[in-house]
Amino acid sequence: MSELTEKKEKKEKIPRQPMPEQEPKVRAKNFMEVPLGYTPEMAVKEAKRCLQCKKPSCVEGCPVNVDIPGFIRHIKEGDFTRAIRNLWSKNSLPAVCGRVCPQEIQCEGVCILGKKDDPVAIGNLERFAADWERAHGTGALPPKADPTGKKVAVVGSGPSGLTVAGDLIVKGHDVTILEAFHKPGGVLVYGIPEFRLPKEIVAQEIHFLERLGVQVECNAVVGRTVTLDELFEQGYNAVYIGVGAGLPRFLNIPGENLVGILSANEYLTRANLMKAYLFPEVDTPIPRGKNVIVLGGGNVAMDSARTALRLGADSVRIVYRRSKTELPARAAEVHHAEEEGIEFFFLTNPVRYLGNDKGRLTGMECLKMELGEPDASGRRRPVPIEGSEFNLECDLVVVAVGSGANPLLTSSTPEMNLNKWGYIVTDPETGKTTKKGVWAGGDIVTGAATVILAMGAGRKAADSIHKYLTWGW
Amino acid sequence: MFQIVKREEMSGGTVILNEIEAPLIARKAKPGQFVILKANETGERIPLTMAETDPEKGTITVIYMVVGKSTALFKTLQVGDGYQDVIGPLGKPTHLEKVGTVVCVGGGTGIAVLHPITRGLKEAGNRIITIIGARSKDLLILEERMRAVSDELHPCTDDGSYGHHGFVTDVLKKILDTQKVDQVVAIGPVPMMKFVSKITKEYQVPTIVSLNPIMVDGTGMCGGCRVSIGGKNKFACVDGPEFDGHLVDYDELMLRLAAYCEEEKRCYEDYCRMEESLS
Ligand code: FES
Repeated sequence: MSELTEKKEKKEKIPRQPMPEQEPKVRAKNFMEVPLGYTPEMAVKEAKRCLQCKKPSCVEGCPVNVDIPGFIRHIKEGDFTRAIRNLWSKNSLPAVCGRVCPQEIQCEGVCILGKKDDPVAIGNLERFAADWERAHGTGALPPKADPTGKKVAVVGSGPSGLTVAGDLIVKGHDVTILEAFHKPGGVLVYGIPEFRLPKEIVAQEIHFLERLGVQVECNAVVGRTVTLDELFEQGYNAVYIGVGAGLPRFLNIPGENLVGILSANEYLTRANLMKAYLFPEVDTPIPRGKNVIVLGGGNVAMDSARTALRLGADSVRIVYRRSKTELPARAAEVHHAEEEGIEFFFLTNPVRYLGNDKGRLTGMECLKMELGEPDASGRRRPVPIEGSEFNLECDLVVVAVGSGANPLLTSSTPEMNLNKWGYIVTDPETGKTTKKGVWAGGDIVTGAATVILAMGAGRKAADSIHKYLTWGW
Repeated sequence: MFQIVKREEMSGGTVILNEIEAPLIARKAKPGQFVILKANETGERIPLTMAETDPEKGTITVIYMVVGKSTALFKTLQVGDGYQDVIGPLGKPTHLEKVGTVVCVGGGTGIAVLHPITRGLKEAGNRIITIIGARSKDLLILEERMRAVSDELHPCTDDGSYGHHGFVTDVLKKILDTQKVDQVVAIGPVPMMKFVSKITKEYQVPTIVSLNPIMVDGTGMCGGCRVSIGGKNKFACVDGPEFDGHLVDYDELMLRLAAYCEEEKRCYEDYCRMEESLS
């Protein structure tokens, strides 16, 4: 390439490469992934947009500090293998993170290009590198340190547990993951729907860890099948707890036990883990509502609503008590939901459920709200408008208003301190709990958060566990 | 895989006993706790309270009635076959203590669940009066085993083909009328538990029942198993499965148990048709 054309190419402004997606009308009727992924050409073109900053703020914006300019440079050069190797050195689940991370508030949110133009599509590129490796890679494993003879138990196989397992196995420790469900993956498997994160990808990420030597034991409910203390008796030197939040919240309003009201946890677990959308090909049923209402405004609410649509609902409505600007879900997910035809009722608060004599749900009474003074969270508090009651007809309600701390494990371990909401107290720098040899991270420490934050917590804990196994508590 | 080491058919093949190899669970399980079983890759997770555990042998025993697609599938499993997944022990164990005279009331396959609890109560030093019931003589299970752990045993059948002609509640009433009873444990179909609780409430005798709502995870994570206890929501899988019988909203429980009636019927019929065409 002559100097002249190179200069010209630098000047030519490449727009952010859009991600090809399934058409909204088509995808609203299937469970296949919505974004289709970049072709190599698109990826290289997008990679060229990166300014290769000397002091990249994107890396700071990433909870696990992926060397973003580095892996993007490899993509630009067409060396996809090196790109994925670079990613793996910081992030053991790039195919997952490329899909479900909220890049817009992390790496992409601070990308310099974003000041005047669209930021580099870092998430899309990460996903591309991981997908390319799955399709074309050699499957070569990263190098592993010599065996240390130390045993680590990882409780829970969600994003933080998988990160800890991946980090510690390459450092030479003997790692066993204990999962309560019959399949590993945690929220990646039971929570996030197929159309957002194909289960095949999660299975491959876990298989990768198994090839590295991680043992996965399913059907192991720590706190019931085995206690933390018994794990130490069995010879484990350290335990990491990454069990997730795992306690569904309900609204505690009249009629909540009518048939047709499910927590998002139950609804999504039936759909995703049990694959109930294939019923009767599989044996687990799922209620197929005609008129579905989802309560809540987070990603879980969007996932539930879009699942209901794919299960054949005539109408799906999201009822949220604040306004659109306060929606905690990712903008991209809200956009996807809107495109697919999901209706939003903002500033609406359910007051009671209505049912028939068979105990089945027939509707919901709601109140209109208006925004008042800011509350503790800094968001304007919604206050009810008197006399604004109205009814919404529905035969299925999915309650996606957040979750609390599941006490199953923590209540059987009194020496581990909990905060007043039941979450495990840890040292924020190391993830150490108040019980010797036990670390914790992810939603059971922070309350419901994101996949990548859980992974970040896992990374810190893994470093600390490694230090402990090498030097002591 | 969790292998079946012993299998028995009872009540003319409508009730099946499976002894299953599950050493980790057998080591920990206590009377009153349950397991979740899943037969194969596409199977449903089905909660069943354990009827027996043998920590030495490393086995657990479940006894279930064939009522739908999933239990029909379980029935096809023979000795040497196995369940893909068995999870447990789940739920809180029964509180076994000496209270004096305890009446244990069992109906249908509930008798299987009642057996280890009755034995535990007996071992704790209680005087045990047991009432077991079924529709007819051939459907009555575990009579001899129950007799072995009871001071008195009263079998009943709805059709009068054996023992007392009538419901377990008739016998219970008679007992409550004639002697001092300190506690009642009732395990069986929801209507049975409902009526037992109604009677014992009149007599003000503390009553424990074991509930079996629809479950998914069994660890308190989905809330599908929620039941109203004294007007409060409880998760049967972690707060139960045993509750104060006087506080349970049985009508709600029955409606919730019927949540997937239509789906299950369709699924079961499909399955039966498939079985037929294969044989
Ligand atoms: S079965 Fe899911 S919470 Fe009890």
